Amino acid sequence: MRRRNLQLDAQGHLRHLLTIEGLKRQQIVDILDTAESFITVGDQQVRKVPLLRGKTVVNLFFEASTRTLTTFELAAKRLSADVLKININTSATVKGESLLDMLQNLEAMQCDMFVVRHGDSGAAHLIAQHVAPHISVINAGDGRHAHPTQALLDMFTIRRHKSEFAPLTVAIVGDIMHSRVARSQIHALTTLGISDLRVVAPKTLIPTQVEGLGVHVYHNMKEGLHDADVVIMLRLQKERMQGALLPSEQEYFQDYGLTNEKLAVAKPNVLVMHPGPINRGVEIDSEVADGPRSVILEQVSNGIAVRMAVMSMVLGRPPINTESEGAAQ
Amino acid sequence: MQQLITQMAEELRHKFGSNVTIEDALMIGIHTGGVWVAERLHQALGIRQPLAQLDISFYRDDFSRIGMNPQVKPSQLPTSVDEAHIILVDDVLHTGRTIRAALNEIFDYGRPATVTLAVLGERSGRELPIQADVVGTHIQLGEHEHVKLTGPEPLRLEVVETP
Amino acid sequence: MKISILGGRLIDPANGLDQITDVHIAAGKIIGLGNTPAGFEAGQCINANGQIVCPGLVDLRACLREPSQEYKATIASETCAAAKSGITTLVCPPDTDPVADTPAVVDLIHHRSMQAGFARVLSLGALTQNLEGKQLAEMGALKAAGCVGVSNAHTAVKNTQVMRRAMEYASSQDLPVFLHAEDPSLANGGCAHEGAVSVRLGLPGIPEIAESIAVARELQLIEQTGVRAHFCQLSSERAVKMIARAQHDGLSVTADVAAHQLFLTEMDIGYFDSQCHVRPPLRTQRDRDGLRTALKRGTVSSICSDHQPHDTAAKLAPFPSSAPGISALETLLPLVLRLVDEDVLSLPEAIACLTCHPAQIVGMGSHLAVGDCADVCIFDPEQYWELTTENMVSQGHNSPFLGWEFKGRVTHTLLAGHIVFSTKT
Repeated sequence: MRRRNLQLDAQGHLRHLLTIEGLKRQQIVDILDTAESFITVGDQQVRKVPLLRGKTVVNLFFEASTRTLTTFELAAKRLSADVLKININTSATVKGESLLDMLQNLEAMQCDMFVVRHGDSGAAHLIAQHVAPHISVINAGDGRHAHPTQALLDMFTIRRHKSEFAPLTVAIVGDIMHSRVARSQIHALTTLGISDLRVVAPKTLIPTQVEGLGVHVYHNMKEGLHDADVVIMLRLQKERMQGALLPSEQEYFQDYGLTNEKLAVAKPNVLVMHPGPINRGVEIDSEVADGPRSVILEQVSNGIAVRMAVMSMVLGRPPINTESEGAAQ
Repeated sequence: MQQLITQMAEELRHKFGSNVTIEDALMIGIHTGGVWVAERLHQALGIRQPLAQLDISFYRDDFSRIGMNPQVKPSQLPTSVDEAHIILVDDVLHTGRTIRAALNEIFDYGRPATVTLAVLGERSGRELPIQADVVGTHIQLGEHEHVKLTGPEPLRLEVVETP
Repeated sequence: MKISILGGRLIDPANGLDQITDVHIAAGKIIGLGNTPAGFEAGQCINANGQIVCPGLVDLRACLREPSQEYKATIASETCAAAKSGITTLVCPPDTDPVADTPAVVDLIHHRSMQAGFARVLSLGALTQNLEGKQLAEMGALKAAGCVGVSNAHTAVKNTQVMRRAMEYASSQDLPVFLHAEDPSLANGGCAHEGAVSVRLGLPGIPEIAESIAVARELQLIEQTGVRAHFCQLSSERAVKMIARAQHDGLSVTADVAAHQLFLTEMDIGYFDSQCHVRPPLRTQRDRDGLRTALKRGTVSSICSDHQPHDTAAKLAPFPSSAPGISALETLLPLVLRLVDEDVLSLPEAIACLTCHPAQIVGMGSHLAVGDCADVCIFDPEQYWELTTENMVSQGHNSPFLGWEFKGRVTHTLLAGHIVFSTKT
């Protein structure tokens, strides 16, 4: 009974977005197609559509974030939803009971959606398990587990530049171990059927058995970037210098920092991506980040359309026959 | 069909009169059938601005009842419609709700000078105070009938039994 | 009270008995098997036709939460759950609050369990003061207070010199040391087995070597110090193979495994099921099979519940923040009986893993010969039942086995000749 995919309703429609894992290729494509339509909303004089008028979206951030929070807020507002932001003191440990108490209070205030970011893997699943049936949960990043909307906006950006996913070689470079973005990207790219997915990092930043997710592991940057169509750089958190994962930022940049020289082994029309915020001179050289191959800023603006698509699809499900949903549990 | 289009183009030209040159108008077709009709009118009238397209999925008033349209297409409108003379084209005018949604969307792109509504067919069943300026044909329907446009080639209006 | 248990199949592994016979009890002791002893008149007869009669079960690790965590469970509530499950002896680890590093705490636990009267509770004393791994606990005093062994519970003794001294001292006191093998730096912050599932779910991992490296250190210290040692709740195939080699080389070490480790693997975590958050973590299918093999070969001699009752809130948290552990008393016997159904163990072997083997580790007897203490478990091996929160007696309802159907259910439990549990039939 716990095996049921929590994020789909009885008819197989997306009810929550918690992880890319388990989504069908067509579902991902549908989200990207819908996002395509939302891109033009940003060009309107009134940058708003009335789709979610009267709905209330609550941004529940247990972990500090500026960009993701802002783009979710902007996306909800462009859909004409009312947006409530709740920052929970991240230093105080939120115990399970008080977390769920808080959710019940918010439900009593008739909210329709929770956008959740939390430092623990699985937090979004936990919340989704306990919300009332009419409420949807969108995972805006949980621990090291998943960041599905980031992966979707990356797929959206790739698709706008490369016509097909199947023939692509994609290299994800950096701290795979601690990255929820990388996990979601890996699930998205394998589901979309790309031919060669690589992760590039020293062994200390690559989790054991990552091959089981369908990736090829490289420890040498130039080998990993060879003939790549897309290079995704991950942010290196400063605290990784502790815990004996890396000797220094300098040595990391030397070996794994993306420079034009290293990028030369990739395909000439390679795309350079980064979920941001970037550490210039740590994982990526400014020359590359601001260079012609970089689509980093495009990712940011695409993020709004993709989040609008996810929000409207999740809240815009055909009405559920509650009886049959109950039966499926 | 070609005759209907020619006749509609004629009427539109007449409506615009001499104050506004119709070749400078902005023609907008509503997805999907409206675009098919608009393509023909656009050509017949020799309008200079490219044909604009509107998908009203995001402006529907039945979103919370039937949910998101999975086949939504991007709207293609110029960045601003300020002071434009717009010819809005749809296939069949029925309840008027589609036109209401389309007007809302257009106004989110700016403040047009005028909007003229042209429809290929008009039937009974209006639920809003909306009427077309130019109508290709008036359709009388039996109790269990509705109109369907097939296309784009050949473009054909059909009266079919409601299942 | 004089009691006769009639017509049951008596399985007493310590005495190699497996036969249908009557058991007669008076003054808390077995006074006769088979024919009624002369002059004996039973005050109560238990019809055990079609049932199995065996010594009361001995559980090598059960957290009772008292003192200090009575909101999770109490000695009374958990010993009552033990009685319902055929368990007559529970071994309580020292990680209570305050820590069982003084006779006062041990006395308190003993006193409370006597008051409740459902089961015998044996204590393990702390190995180091406050489990801090710095100063030795007063093991002599703890032994005098009745502790059957010493342990540092889940808190690792990081300093190897301290561990060596602690083992040497325990050895001088002739106290067995109960070891939880986990290297704290390798396990640091982890909550799931480092492997396919942890990488997929982004859960901080505890590698298999966190256990095997600790086992390697402790084995050498055991050899060096000559202490009697017991490894608690091993989880990896590699660790049990190291124990097997040490035993083969003549080292006197024993080991147990928690019943859930014989059935669940990392895959059961699914999408963050916190009921499967346990420590040591659920590992791979290969590890599960390795533990079963070790049990079959006798490398691992005992199966315990590793009972850890929790309040609801403790599990209602994101997986890494949820409290590890299972409320497991009530599934101990049914899970072990399932091993019999799955041809891992014979029924007498299975019962031995729950009775005479663990009893030996804590230095007590567990058999049903004439003159023995009448701790008896009677169960119906054919009865099917389902574990639900409603039928759980333990105050903790945290179990990944909720909704499982089990075969085999306890009908009577006798503690020193007193019926402490019986189903009303």
